[in-house]
This record gives sequence, C-alpha cells and structure tokens, in this order.
Amino acid sequence: MSATTASLTHARLPRWAPVLVAVMALAVAGLPAMLRGWGPVAWVVLAVVLFLVGLPGWSLVVENRRAATDRLMTGLIWAAFGCAVMPLLWLVYVVVSTGAEAINADFLSYSMRGVIGDEQGGVYHALIGTVLITLAATVISVPIGVLTAIYLVEYGAKSRLARWITFLVDVMTGIPSIVAGLFALALVVLVFGPAFRMGLGGSIALSLLMVPTVVRSSEEMFRLVPMDLREAAYALGVPKWRTILKVVVPTSIGGVITGVVLAISRVIGETAPLLVVAGATDGVNFNLFDGRMTTLPVFIFSQYSLSTPAGYERAWGGALVLIVIVMVLNLIARGLGKLLAPPKN
Amino acid sequence: MAKSIDVSDLNIYYGDFLAVEGVSMTIKAKSVTAFIGPSGCGKSTMLRSLNRMHEVIPGARVEGKVMVDGQSLYGPEVDPVAVRRSIGMVFQRPNPFPTLSIYDNVLAGSRLNSRKLSKSDADGIVERSLKGANLWNEVKDRLGKPGQGLSGGQQQRLCIARAIAVEPEVLLMDEPCSALDPISTSAIEDLIHELKERYTIVIVTHNMQQAARVSDETGFFNLKAAGQPGHLVEFNPTKKMFSNPDEPSTEAYISGRFG
Repeated sequence: MSATTASLTHARLPRWAPVLVAVMALAVAGLPAMLRGWGPVAWVVLAVVLFLVGLPGWSLVVENRRAATDRLMTGLIWAAFGCAVMPLLWLVYVVVSTGAEAINADFLSYSMRGVIGDEQGGVYHALIGTVLITLAATVISVPIGVLTAIYLVEYGAKSRLARWITFLVDVMTGIPSIVAGLFALALVVLVFGPAFRMGLGGSIALSLLMVPTVVRSSEEMFRLVPMDLREAAYALGVPKWRTILKVVVPTSIGGVITGVVLAISRVIGETAPLLVVAGATDGVNFNLFDGRMTTLPVFIFSQYSLSTPAGYERAWGGALVLIVIVMVLNLIARGLGKLLAPPKN
Repeated sequence: MAKSIDVSDLNIYYGDFLAVEGVSMTIKAKSVTAFIGPSGCGKSTMLRSLNRMHEVIPGARVEGKVMVDGQSLYGPEVDPVAVRRSIGMVFQRPNPFPTLSIYDNVLAGSRLNSRKLSKSDADGIVERSLKGANLWNEVKDRLGKPGQGLSGGQQQRLCIARAIAVEPEVLLMDEPCSALDPISTSAIEDLIHELKERYTIVIVTHNMQQAARVSDETGFFNLKAAGQPGHLVEFNPTKKMFSNPDEPSTEAYISGRFG
C-alpha cells in the first residue's frame, strides 16, 4: 500500500477464523491441563487467554492494527459477558440438580411438625409463610410507594419537602435488612409486649425494604409519561387528580408493575429480619396476626444448620422452590407489563 | 355559543420573570385571530393564559384582566378546570392518548371525567366530532384501533375532534400545523375555515402565509430588546396588517426584514 493513494480495501481474515482459533486454543490449553491434571476451570481460563492473544495476533499480521484492536476488544467483552453469566447458570444448575431430588408431592404438602431425623418432611408451612408475609408486605408497601412517587412527580415538583423525601428514600435503600427486622421487632414489642411474635411483623420489616424500591421505580415510570398528555387532559377540563388516575397511571402501569415485582423478588429471599421478627416454627400458621411463621429462606437456614444429610436435602429443595417462585413472579410481571403497556403500531 | 374575549393590561409572569407585558386586545366571537411574532416573544404564553393552561408551570401568574363575554377568567372564585372545559386547546405536537382507541380519544373529555354517556349519544358525539374535524371518512372503519396508529396530520385532526367533542366556546391552537406536511396543513386550514362558523378561534403560527390565509385579525408580538418582556406591537384586521400595517416593525417582520 503506497502512502499517496489510500486503499479502501485490505486483507481480511476468513469468517471462520475466530472459531478456528477458539478450537485451537482449547486444544493447546488441553495439553498442560491433562499433563498437570488441572480442572476444567483452569483449562478454560488458559484457553481464553490463548484465544485473546492468538486471534488479535493473527489479525495484526494479516489485517491491520485497528482490526486487531477490534478483535481484542470483542474478545474481552465476550469474556466479561461469560464471567457475568457463568455463575448464574452454574447456580441454577446446582440448585436444580441438587434440589430436584428433594421435590415430591409430600415435600410440597407436609410441614415439619413432628418430623424427627430422616423422616419425610416438607416445606408446606414455609411456603404458606412466604406467600402470606410477602403478600402482606406488598399490600403495605405498594400504596405507600406508588402514592409517594405520585406526590414526588405530580405535586412535589422541586419543593423542599420533595427533596427531603427523595433524600430519605435514598437513605432507606441502604438500610441493612437486619436493622429493618430489629425496627419491626421493636415496634411489635412496643405494641404487643415482649414475648409476642407475629407474621405481620415480618411483613412490616419487608415493606421497609420494599418501599424505597417501589418509590424509585414508579417515580421513573411516571416521569416518562410525556407532559403533552397531561396538558391534553387539562385542556379538556379534566381535573388534576383524574388526569393522574386516568392518564398518567394507565400509561405507565406496565413499568410500575414490573418495578413492584422486582421489589418483591428482592425481599422474598430475606432471612435475617424474618428470623428476628416472625421467628421460626415447624407447623403451618395461616394467621398473620398471631404466632410464629416460617418463610422459605428461614426454612433453608434452619434445615441447613441441622447439618444432617436429610437437612441438607430439604434446604436444597427449599432453595429450588424459592427460585421457582421468583421466576414465576418475574414471568407474570413480564406478561402483565406487555399486556398493560400502551399498544404500539 | 361562541364568545368574545377582552384582554386589558395583561402582564404574565413566570416567578419573578415578566414574560409578556401590557397586552390589551379584543378577540371577536366567531372569527379567527392569529398571533404572529418571533420565537420567545410570548405568543404561546399569551395564548395559554387565555384558558389558564400556563398555570401548569409552577410560579406562573398574571396581572390584569381577561374577560370572556363579560366574565373574568381570573376572579378568585373561578375554577381553572371549568375555564378549560369551555375554552379548548390544540397543541403544537399531536398528542392523542396512547392508552385509548380513536373512539375513546374523541370521547376523552367525557371518559376521563367519568361522565356517563348512552351508547347512542356517544356514537353521535364521535361521528359529529370526527366529521367536524374532517377525519370521519378516513377512520370510520377502525374506530377501535389505537389513536397513535394514525399519521401525524390525522392525529392532529383527531386532537381537534377531541377538543370540539366537549363543545367549547373558544378553541385555542398553538402552532397546530408546525409538525405537519403541506397537505395535512391545508386540511387543517380548511377545517379552521369551517370551524369559525361555530367557534371563536385563536391560533399561534410562525407561518406568515398561514396567518394571512386563515385569520380575520392578527396580533404581532415582539420583544422590545433581548431579555425584555414580549409585548403586543400591533393588533389589526389581517388585510390591513399584511397590506398597510401601522407600525414599521410589523412591516419589517412580515416582509422578512428585521431591525
């Protein structure tokens, strides 16, 4: 290539070059891995390093500097993606494969009442506890969170009160969950006396953790509703509160629901505050307002602390049930979000 | 039902900032009045103060009088919501409600206020308003489809249908054609000609030819200097405005010369 006439073309590596280099990197890395008896992780890590050296090197020789940099960066980004996704897939794989052994009809329909040693026990009581406590926490925190967001977006504007609320919500986001649990315990003790335990206390602790998430996500959603739509409603003689109720909320409802479900997913796995406030029990308790209640995370914790093979198995089974619940919740949220979002053309 | 509007010594503020100063004019019933002037001179602010829409912005307030058929718009006992029910508005950008169908968009004034309508009344209002906005033939077969599926010009006519469905006495239009192509613009201008039989119309426009084509009277707004409040330079019948204006600055602006 001469310096005077810039060429628009240059040599390109074949399309299958990355695949070839990947296969070769795996093969070359396999050699020391076999000789030294490394595990698969070390093998793959070495292969990735070889790939990140080999492909840009080849490209530098055949193509040019910019193409080589491009291939290096593409490789690095894929490697980072792998680092992020691998633990997740691994976690799901381990929980499903280990937990599946524990799952059967009895496991889902029996509590742990009177179960001794290796007898068949179940998560029924923890399932009921998780559903009731989380539901009550949602019932408490959704109205507070959504209404706070409406105040911040529609009425507060840039007033001092609105800025203080935003600040306090941000602080609340950072409250450690155990502190929320201790606060709820103090509240219950203050009202009902020292020995009293109830599931609703756990709901209060969880709602303390949910409210800031709900406020933040709903606020973002309400801000996304264009000012044009509000003005259109005002110009038709629609009062402000009806505009909020019939224009702002319906337009953003899909995103608000997604935010609520994400908040639920966040708190459904909380252990510490529930252990403190709602306590633990082996039996089924449907009454949120009286008596101890066990949730799935607390069940997992207590079974694991038994340190028996049966306990470990029940703990993994409980973990699988918990993950399935969170996944189902997320799927429902996606479905609702799609269903309720304004139709697109 | 069309009404005239008397404005006297109107000052409009955003907080401490005086945006428009000392406007006095009389807008005749069943006529089209155009506001023209350079950007930032307060035309839109002036227009929005005629149905108290400027109050949407915190800190906005007015001094002076706006009388609609002898009733003050800014009396202490006046409800801005009631004012906006009788003085409708069409905006620069078409803004149909994305969650509502074409049918429900036209009925938005009733639907959003939860007013009960019989099916036949509702059908009647929708057909009458869409015919009034010259949109009926284009959408009559897809009234249940979302309003945002229409083209820009159709959406703007849908917004006009929505505004006239509540039977206002005055219709304010804030640059209704600035986001539209010439064919849609021409459709809206024809519509304005028809609508002035029944409504008092005030229109803000940047398009001098449009002001000349559609309006009976024209007000020219300008800034005294950069950073100074906007004011009404001249208010006259459109014919006089475009042939023999009183003020040299009006002629300079209309003919494209400044200074």
